[in-house]
This record gives sequence, structure tokens and C-alpha cells, in this order.
Amino acid sequence: MVALYWNPKIECMPKEELKALQYRELKQLVNNLYSFNRFYHDRMKAQNVHPDDINGLSDITKLPFMFKQDLRDNYPTHMFTYPNREIKRYHVSSGTTGKPTLVGYTQNDLDYWTEALARSLTSIGVGSEDTMAISYGYGLFTGGLGLHYGAEKVGATVLPMGTGNSERQIELIQDLGVTAIACTPSYLIHLGDVAKKMGVDIRKDTLLKKAVLGAEPWSESMRQHIEESMGVRAYDIYGTSEQAGPMFTECEERNGIHIAGDIMYVEILDPDTQEPLEPGQKGEMVVTMLKKEAMPMIRYRIKDVTTLIDDECACGRTSPRISRITGRTDDMLIVRGINVFPSQIEYTLMQIPQVGDQYMIYVSREGALDSMTIQVEIKEEAFSDKVDEMNRLRAHIESQLKKYLNIAVAVELKAPGALPRFEGKAKRVIDNRVI
Amino acid sequence: MDRDRVITQLSIFVNNDPGRLAQVSKVLRETGINMKAFNLAESQEFGILRAIVDDPEESYEKLRSKGIIVRKTDVLGIKIDDAPGSLVEASDAFGKEGVNIEYGYAYTGRKASAFFIRVNDLDKAIAILEREGIATLNSSEI
Repeated sequence: MVALYWNPKIECMPKEELKALQYRELKQLVNNLYSFNRFYHDRMKAQNVHPDDINGLSDITKLPFMFKQDLRDNYPTHMFTYPNREIKRYHVSSGTTGKPTLVGYTQNDLDYWTEALARSLTSIGVGSEDTMAISYGYGLFTGGLGLHYGAEKVGATVLPMGTGNSERQIELIQDLGVTAIACTPSYLIHLGDVAKKMGVDIRKDTLLKKAVLGAEPWSESMRQHIEESMGVRAYDIYGTSEQAGPMFTECEERNGIHIAGDIMYVEILDPDTQEPLEPGQKGEMVVTMLKKEAMPMIRYRIKDVTTLIDDECACGRTSPRISRITGRTDDMLIVRGINVFPSQIEYTLMQIPQVGDQYMIYVSREGALDSMTIQVEIKEEAFSDKVDEMNRLRAHIESQLKKYLNIAVAVELKAPGALPRFEGKAKRVIDNRVI
Repeated sequence: MDRDRVITQLSIFVNNDPGRLAQVSKVLRETGINMKAFNLAESQEFGILRAIVDDPEESYEKLRSKGIIVRKTDVLGIKIDDAPGSLVEASDAFGKEGVNIEYGYAYTGRKASAFFIRVNDLDKAIAILEREGIATLNSSEI
């Protein structure tokens, strides 16, 4: 018998009760941070807010925002509330320029991350009867380890697959009777293509029935394509490393991603005025992690664009939902599940003396997989009459970019003057992907 | 060192976009630059056009003024006479003394034929040619 809810008391709590709980959590959080977190204390002081000013959930709008830049400015651990002995793990994702984004977790932070995923996986019917392949990257990226512990928590048999070696993945999915998989949607499509080439019909030759897909933008038409071609039911998952990692999924109803209200509080704001928007209105999501200990995440401008869905869900959960992320209010690209900021690319290129000022970024999708090509103008003095020297320069630029972006990119060398010049705002990113 | 043996080659960077080579050729024509010999080395997205021209100094300035990326490169023109083996002699001698030929291309002119080569150590290469008595083209013979 598969459980309907992991934590019914919280998941099905009457809305008013949940709001009261959220307020209590917020009040405690603000008290703690004001007393013990240097960074957020200073920020509240600067905005002239005191914990006593928070007397209801709606008072959250009095609190100052946090930005990704704050994580960079306080790199590595200046923002942490707790000393190192309380920090149990780090994860690292890409920053907007040279420095990466570091996140730290206390044991409680890890436990709440796992709790959120246990609720999410239960809501889509993954439990102890399942064998789940985690085909997200393990390591510094949050996807692999996050889903790993979540799936273990609900009692599933976990296959820590990681990324790559797709033929072997298909074999193991067959041999071990894998019923559920977590990966990026494009990687699942790729796996489907590989299976076909191997003569394996996912629908008939495997037990794969459920897929938890995220870490990159995808669409209803991709969902349809995946479900029709592979016979699996696909669920959207959301969460970034600042929040903990992938955390929240759709339920069986698949009408929005349930956000565990006791863990995360969501505001949807007008991106220009920062005024709160009504449920159903599209705006910038701002998140407050109510349980987070190691580092504060209060009114964090996560830059994802979505709408809040606040009606009753047929699944019985009372938690608010967000609709599919429809875009970003910044220029971040998600390429093969990796966050890439054009500013990182620029920063990396400008460290290379042979590279000129102009560059262009092209993103495309070949089959299921994204690829990124960066055209760079080289300086006149970097030009050589020997092809191998030019090829070496190209390889050097590619390896520098790989090092900083964590993703393989193709570089094309261009003569000075060959790339477009911009008079107004430069449009250096051409995203040709159809999602 | 006998500088008379040194020939100035123009090396031109050309992107492999449609029409790029045409554009460079057009500039060459408009500026009246005559290519006596040339060789195009390609990589994925770019090519390097190596050319021997009438007046390399003047041509260099003309190309630069048109915004074309060009570099002057010293090469040697090993004379090839009708008898077999004249190139072997030179490359043998270079090989023994560690002079590396980085690339080369053939030229057949009215006055003489030659194989233009770019070496990694020009001074040493010229010394070897002198010692072995191997003939090279000078600019006036092109």
C-alpha cells in the first residue's frame, strides 16, 4: 500500500493554520538572524527594521531583499550563521562571475531538504516498492545527492546512476527493474533515443513508469513527447541550490508544483515595482526559507518568473503551488541543466590575453541535448600563420571556459571586426532552442 | 646570414564564413596586389591564406588599411630543378640538425620553380643551406 501523504498533518493543514505556522516560523527566523547572523543583522539595520516590526505574515514586505550578489560578496562563508562544526555539507554552483555560489547545510538543513523531497516523491506515488535511478549529476551539483537521500527516505531502492554512459544506464534500467528516474528532461529524451538505437523499447522492455524532471526549462509539449514516446508519467520538480536543491514537485494532479509552506514562503512580486501580485498574476518569485539554519535565505530574489496558484488542489494538500517556471528576470541560461551567466563567460574570456572585446554566445538544441558555441574575436597580435598554434589557442579558450562554467563549450575564433557591434544594449546571446 | 634568401610571405586570417575569401580576394584585386603563390590552410571555422606577392611591404600596408588581419612571415624558397632529389637534400640536412619544416607549398614560376617553406629556426636553416650549397630563390626571381 502506497502512502498518500508523507506528513499529512502539515501537508493537509487548513490554510489559516498554515499561515499562522508560517508567521511563527518567520518571527523566529528573523529573531535568530537579527541576533546571530552578522550579514542579515546589518542589512536589517540598514533598512531600519527590527524583529519587533514583524507582527504578521504580511509584514514580511518590511524585510530587506537578498540577492545572488550577496552570496558572492560574502564568499565563502561570511554569511553563515553557524561555525564550521555545525556545517555538515557544502554544495557549489556557478556564480554570476568568477566566484562560484557556495551553499552550506547544517544537519537540520539536510533533514528538511530530504523531508521536502520525501513529501514530493510520496505525492507522485514513489515509495518502497520502487527502484529509482538518480541520473542527475552527483558531486557539487545538488541534484544527485538531493534526490538520492529523498528517494532513500521514502524507502525506494536507489540506483545512484549519475550522468553519462547512457547505454549502461539503459541496461541497468532493464536489469534492475528501475521504475522511476530523476534527471533533466533533455537527458531523458536522450536516453530514449539511445534505447531506441539499442533496440530497447522503454514501454515494453523496461518497468520505467515515472520520471521526475527538472533543473532546466521544459514545456508541456516536451512532457507530451516524453510520455507518448516512452510511456512514462513525467513530473516537474523545482528547487535551486540557494533553497537547498531540487525540493518540490507536482502531485498526481500535475497542476502546479506544491511548495511545502512550512519550509518555504513564496511571494510573487511585480519585477519592476516589487509590489505583491495576486495569485494567478505572473511575476518574479521571491523566496524565504523558513527553516534554513546555515545561511539565511530571506526574501531572496531568485529571479524565476512564475505565478502563484492558491486554490484547493484535488490531491488534498493545502500548500500553495507555483506554475511552471516561465522565464527569468535576469539573463541566466540553463544549458544541459547547468546554470550559465553570460557575465561568467565574459569574465572568463577577459582573463585570456589573446581574446578581444567582442564575443557571441549561441545556444542550440541538437536532438535532445543543448550545445553552446561561443564565437570570440581574437586580438590581431594573437594571430599566427600556423594552424596548430591557432588550434591550440582555441583549445585553451575552450578549456578555460569549461573550467569556469562546468560545461563543455565549442569555441570559434573570429577575426577582429568579424562579430556584430552593438550601439545600445549588447545582444550577445542567441538562444535558438525550441523548448 | 644571407638575408637575400629570405622571402616575405603575407599570412592572412580568413574566417570560414560564406563570402569571406571572396572579400579578401576583392581587396587584393582592388589594391592591385598580385599573388604569385598561395596556400590555404584550414581549420574548422577559419583559414590562413599564405601568399607570396609582388611587393610584400606595400601590400601589407594596403591590406591592413582595409582592416584585414595580416602578418609578415619569413619563408625560404628552395629551388626545385628538373633533377629529382633537390628537396630531399635540404630536408635531410634540416632533419639531421633539428630544423623543423612547419609547412610548405609549391610554386612554379616563369623563371624558376620552388618549394616555399616556413622553418622553426631561420638562421640555422640558412646556415645549413649555405654550407650544403642548396640554391634558394631571391625576391627578384619570383
